[in-house]
Amino acid sequence: MALDVQIEKKLPDFLLNVAFSASEAPLSILGPSGAGKTMLLRCIAGLEQPGRGRVSLNGRVLFDSDRAIRVPARARRIGMVFQHYALFPHRTVAENISFGLHDLSREEQASRLSALIARTHLEGLAGRYPRALSGGEQQRTALARALAIDPEALLLDEPLSSLDTHLRSQVEAQLQETFTAYRRPTLLVTHNIEEAYRLCEQLLVLSRGRVAAFGPKEEVFQRPPTREVAQLTGCKNSSRATMNADGSVEALDWNCRLRVKQTIPKAAFVGIRAHHIDFLESMPVGATSENVFPCWLVRASETPFRITLYLSLRQPVAQATEYDLQAEVFKEKWQGFRSRPYPWHVRLSPDSLFLMPE
Amino acid sequence: MDLSPLWISLATSLTATTITFIAGLTAAVWRERYTGPAMALLDGIFLLPLVLPPTVVGFLLLLLFGRNGPLGKLLLRFGATVVFSWPATVIAAAVVAFPLMYITSRAALEQVNPELLQAARTLGASDWRVFREIALPLAWPGVLAGTMLSFARALGEFGATLMIAGNIPGRTETIPIAIYFAVEADQMQRALSWCAVDVVISLALLSGLYYWTRVQGLGRARGMAR
Repeated sequence: MALDVQIEKKLPDFLLNVAFSASEAPLSILGPSGAGKTMLLRCIAGLEQPGRGRVSLNGRVLFDSDRAIRVPARARRIGMVFQHYALFPHRTVAENISFGLHDLSREEQASRLSALIARTHLEGLAGRYPRALSGGEQQRTALARALAIDPEALLLDEPLSSLDTHLRSQVEAQLQETFTAYRRPTLLVTHNIEEAYRLCEQLLVLSRGRVAAFGPKEEVFQRPPTREVAQLTGCKNSSRATMNADGSVEALDWNCRLRVKQTIPKAAFVGIRAHHIDFLESMPVGATSENVFPCWLVRASETPFRITLYLSLRQPVAQATEYDLQAEVFKEKWQGFRSRPYPWHVRLSPDSLFLMPE
Repeated sequence: MDLSPLWISLATSLTATTITFIAGLTAAVWRERYTGPAMALLDGIFLLPLVLPPTVVGFLLLLLFGRNGPLGKLLLRFGATVVFSWPATVIAAAVVAFPLMYITSRAALEQVNPELLQAARTLGASDWRVFREIALPLAWPGVLAGTMLSFARALGEFGATLMIAGNIPGRTETIPIAIYFAVEADQMQRALSWCAVDVVISLALLSGLYYWTRVQGLGRARGMAR
C-alpha cells in the first residue's frame, strides 16, 4: 500500500515541486495558507493537471507526464473530503453517501450504506438534507461518501477548519477512529499544528510549493531541519548561532553561550520551544548555573489557561518592546513568580535546545 | 371561428421549445467547457438572433433554406421544401428562441459550485452522470426559466415566421400572424379575440411557473427542516 507522488506545477506565485510517498501511516501536510497544499491534493485526485511528474497508487500509474498517462479523476479510486465538504444539496444524507455505489446491486448498495452510516455515527439522519445537518454531521457525511467507493487512498482538505471549536475535538476523535480502521494512504491537509500532530504519524511541511521537512512527526518537531520548519511547527524562539570548539554554542541574537546536548557539524541557528523555558527561583551556583540567564519581562499576553511572557535577556530600557525569548507557562505557575523582583532567571535546558543547519 | 391558428401556434411553440431546449442546453454545456480562441465569436453567433431584427433573421433563414440556399438545396435532394411550410414556422421560432435558452441555462450552470461536480467525479461518476444527477438538478430553476422564456418567445414570434413561412391559413398561420392579417383586413373582432387568447396563454404560463417554483421551493425547504 503506497502512494508515490512527484509533481511539478506552475502556480501564479511559485512552482509547486513536491516529491514524497505515503504508506498506511496517516500523513499530515502542514503549511501556511497559500503554500500549495490544496493544489497538491487536487493534483493527486486528478482534479488538476500537474505540469510534470508522476503519481502512482499501489503500483497503478495515475499520472505520468513522460508517458502521457492521465487517468481521469473518476477512475482513480481516491476518496476526497473537500474543505467545505461539497455535499450535494439536493440529495439526502443517504443519497449523498450512496452516490459512489451506483454500479452495485440494490441489496449491496443498501448493506454498504447502512455499514457506512453506522461507521460514521449518522444513524437516524439518513433522510435529512445537508442543510439540516450540523457542521460535524456534514463532515461525517462527506467522510462516509468518500469512503463509500472503498478508495485506495483518502485525501482530506482541512477537514476541521469549518467547524466550531467545541465540535472539533469530537470530530477529531471520529477522524482518528476512521484513520485507525482505514490503514491505507491518508493525506490530511491542515494549517493547524496541533491537529496535524494529533491526527497523523508522518508530517510533511510545505512552504511556497516545496517540501521543507518530511518524516515521522516526533522527528520533525524535535529536530526541525531548518529555522523555517521550526517556525512553521510553532517554535517561537530561534537565534543565529555559531559552534565553539568546546562543543558549546554561541547564540548571537541572544548574546549568550549555551551548552547543548546534540551537536551538528555546522549550526546556523539554535532554537527552543516556548513551553520548554524553565523559570528558576534564583541564580543557582556551580555547574547547575549552566544555561541559566537573568531576564526581564517586556510584556505578557494571556489566554484562558496559559500566559505568554515576552522576555529580554538584558535589562530593558523603559517602554522597550524588543524581546529575546517567548515563554509559555500555565497561569498557576505564573501566579507563583509574577511578583518576584527582577531579574528573573530562566533556564534553557540542553535537552530542549536544538540546532538547525539553515 | 377557425381555431387553427391556436393549434398551429401551440404545435409550433412546443416543437420549437423542445428543439431549443436540447440545442440551447447542449450549447451551454459545451460552451462552459470550451476555452478556445473562438469563444467571443461563438458567443456572438449564439446570441445574434436575440439582437437582430426578426426580419433580418427571417431573411437570412430564407437565403439558407430557399431553393438556391445551401440547406434548401440539400433538402431538395430528399424531395423536401421547407420554405412556406409548417416546419418553417418551427425553424423560425426555434432560432429566435435559442439565445434565451442558451444564455439563461448557461448562467444557471455557471452558478453550480464546481466543487460539487468535482466531488461527483472523484466518486466515479461519468461526465453524463455528473451532468444529469448533479449539474442539471441544481441548475434546474434557471433551466426551467429559460425554457419558459423560450416558449413565450416562440409563441410570440412574428417577423421571421412571416418571412420564411408566410401566411397560409391552416398551415403556417400562427396567432400573431392571424392578428396582423385580421387588423390588415379590418376584422377588429377577430384580432381582439386572438389577442385575448394570447394574453390568457401567457398569463397561465407565467402564473403556472410562479406557482410551480413556489411549491417546489417550499417543498425543498420543508425537506431540509425535517
